[in-house]
Amino acid sequence: MNTILSTLFVMGGLGVLFGLLLSYAGVKFKTEVDPKLESLKKVLPGVNCGGCGRAGCGAFADDLFHGNAEVTDCPVVTPEVNQTLSDIMGVEAVETKRMVAFVKCIGTECKYLYKYQGVEGCRSSARLANGGSKACTAGCIGNKSCMPACKFGAMRLENGITVIDSEKCTGCKMCIDFCPKKLIEMVPYDKIIRIGCNTHDGAKSTRENCTIGCIGCKICMKKCENGAITMDGTLAKIDYKKCNNCGACIDACPRKCISNGVI
Amino acid sequence: MEFIMVFMSAALVNNFVLTRSLGICPFIGVSKRMDTSIGMSVAVTVVMVVSSVITHLLYNFVLVPLGVTFLYIVVFVLVIACLVQFVEMHLKKYSPPLYKSLGIFLPLITTNCAVLAVVLLNVELFYDSLALAVTHAFGAAAGFALALVLFTGIRERLEYADIPKPFRGLPIAMITAGLMSIAFWGFTGL
Repeated sequence: MNTILSTLFVMGGLGVLFGLLLSYAGVKFKTEVDPKLESLKKVLPGVNCGGCGRAGCGAFADDLFHGNAEVTDCPVVTPEVNQTLSDIMGVEAVETKRMVAFVKCIGTECKYLYKYQGVEGCRSSARLANGGSKACTAGCIGNKSCMPACKFGAMRLENGITVIDSEKCTGCKMCIDFCPKKLIEMVPYDKIIRIGCNTHDGAKSTRENCTIGCIGCKICMKKCENGAITMDGTLAKIDYKKCNNCGACIDACPRKCISNGVI
Repeated sequence: MEFIMVFMSAALVNNFVLTRSLGICPFIGVSKRMDTSIGMSVAVTVVMVVSSVITHLLYNFVLVPLGVTFLYIVVFVLVIACLVQFVEMHLKKYSPPLYKSLGIFLPLITTNCAVLAVVLLNVELFYDSLALAVTHAFGAAAGFALALVLFTGIRERLEYADIPKPFRGLPIAMITAGLMSIAFWGFTGL
């Protein structure tokens, strides 16, 4: 009994003593932090995605505060947050265009050359023969290398390929480097026409390997009234500056590899 | 004479980092730049010396009379944690650049095994003499600082050396630490 009481006394006493000492020191050594910096930190998304190239939102707030960064350097910033941050800094808000990531492959019925069994991750399977088990060398392998990079839960695997939810995607660009096929590109959020193919293999082999792959028939190019679609070899490319979301190309494509963003 | 013996033994023969392999975390972590490593050495020295004074007094005048010596590890950890907090506040106020460059390694002094080892060894070896305990702590801190500063010096030079590609960065640092450790074993014959 005595031991228990002594223990309680010692530990409790020391705890209280040190607590008081530290709180006294806390008041005495108080460092003034500019309230501006504090409010910047509060407004920032706080997910530490690293999209701005800094260690996290705290470091970005520091740089912003000291004038080493612009509000728009944060790729995740929404128009409202942009406005609030600019208000705090006392500068004019610069319009940002929301960009989202898109996986340039929407082919779900692929021809396989072999079955891959091994370490999960496209980066290991992409090193094998033919750059992965699928016959198409350009498409999504669906082995989830990119998924851990997304801090916003915008990526999911659907029918063997990665799909990015445009609503959840914040455009931090962290997933881009993880794709060994360089399939992920940034597209404007408000332009919904997406060309879901990345192959340059040409008509014949594309036809054999994929049910929807672009064969370079140029029908979409001819149908586009604004001249937004050009050909990069046998692959259609879209110029979002000219695109007006009319969707004529979607209806025209005989292979159905152009989507309206709703996958 | 005894004081010199204790000091030299803690600093060189039983060097905490290179012979006893304690406190490796800051040894690798903050050894990239000389000014941070000196700052770290000073912070560790302060924590080690002050905590050995406090723990010595607590042990002999609180824990022993009350018969609760079994609490010593908990109490010592508490003392160290409190001191580290104190040092952290102090640095934040008076040396923000150092505070920033030390980063996570400053609060990690709390769990730095070298500090806890010093106070635990004090209880074991020098429970009857405060002066010897403090000398031991000073020796240990000097040994830590010596190892850290030497290692930082070597690593700074290695930055400019023509190292084979696979060894650049941490691998060569590990090899360096190993060689330094072997060199310090030479003091065992003192």
